[in-house]
Amino acid sequence: MKISKSPWIIHYDGSSCNGCDIEVLDSLMPKYDLERFGVVNTGNPKHADIFLVTGGINAQNKPVVQQIYSQMPFPKVVVAVGICACNGGIFKECYNILGGVDKAIPVDIYVPGCAARPEAIIDGVMKAVALLDKKREEMKKEAKEN
Amino acid sequence: MTTAIALTIGFIILGPFIGGLLEGMDRVVCARMQGRQGPPVLQPFYDIYKLFNKQSILVNNIQDLLVCGFLVFVVFSGVLFFMGEDILLVFFALTLAEIFMVMSSASANSPYSSMGAQRELVQAMTYEPMLLLTAIGFYIAAESFRVDDIARTDIPAIVYLPGIFLGYVFILTIKFRKSPFDLSTSHHAHQEMVRGLTTELSGNILALVEVAEWYETVLLLGVIGLFFVNGTWWGLVLALVGILVSFFFETFVDNVFPRVHWDTMVKSTWMFTLIAGGINLFILVLIR
Repeated sequence: MKISKSPWIIHYDGSSCNGCDIEVLDSLMPKYDLERFGVVNTGNPKHADIFLVTGGINAQNKPVVQQIYSQMPFPKVVVAVGICACNGGIFKECYNILGGVDKAIPVDIYVPGCAARPEAIIDGVMKAVALLDKKREEMKKEAKEN
Repeated sequence: MTTAIALTIGFIILGPFIGGLLEGMDRVVCARMQGRQGPPVLQPFYDIYKLFNKQSILVNNIQDLLVCGFLVFVVFSGVLFFMGEDILLVFFALTLAEIFMVMSSASANSPYSSMGAQRELVQAMTYEPMLLLTAIGFYIAAESFRVDDIARTDIPAIVYLPGIFLGYVFILTIKFRKSPFDLSTSHHAHQEMVRGLTTELSGNILALVEVAEWYETVLLLGVIGLFFVNGTWWGLVLALVGILVSFFFETFVDNVFPRVHWDTMVKSTWMFTLIAGGINLFILVLIR
């Protein structure tokens, strides 16, 4: 059995137009139904495996994103959803925007799009799920070595 | 006696599997009610496996001990029930288990966790009268508090206790954390206090809570079965049908009603306890 059969998600919306935010929720709705892969939207960092971030990073939400990331137990995967989360997108030149999510925490999967379509988000989540297994294996190896 | 021992061993070994399967079925049925495909039936087991393989972050060094206490006492009350012991003792042991869980979340230094603990206490206060009335109802119907005596009466207890049965199904919504009354913690994403009771639990400690809840599900559905059994084979069939119908009903209620405020929960549950349970008990005392 693989741990990727039960990926629980926490979703955070940074500095964005909320388009991707709505698309993330949309992929959990009956039409796309992410729960058929065992995905649960937990809303609690301590239960989550995948951190979905939409929107760019600004000075105010940088500590928030870092806080959520630090509270998640290993193994964990970060998915940046939408072009703003990837590199700042249309807001990139704004005075308050620091850039994409990788300015605050290490990002594993980038899902481009404005707004990212539910199909793209599901694809991103599935890639993240594969990565979870890999990270778990690495965790086991490290535990053995220590 | 051999049946009791077989049942008890069956409960200890198969309890989590039955509870997990029931939760899986619940999630599929729930998804179909919402027009979704839903997760596989074995999803709860995948979740448990995942949780045992995650890093576990302990926020203090008493939390895990208290969660273990919760699990042990839920199993203990289940063992008492399936051994055919005193039903009052079963309910008291179950309450003690609940208190362990409340203490575990109250021990964490998080406002969400302690609010979950407070709400769990309110929930306990809400369903406890009905649980006691259920035990008293069984006593008047079967003239014994012992589960094995109740299970062996000629006429199923449901004939004497229809009101108490309805009251019990009503509080089952609270015990199973289903929607109108899922105040302290919820299986759904729309919980207003992060995750309430289980906010500060992670990894294998959270998995233990899940396993304990599966045991609890089996025990509580066993009490539903106790309303129907009478020592014959058709009594067992009736019990099985009763259990499945009540469980489906809980899923249905979960999808139909939005979460209520805590005082609505207390008022409506106590009112229902008083009307359904109280009147049933009153008539029973008059006719027996």
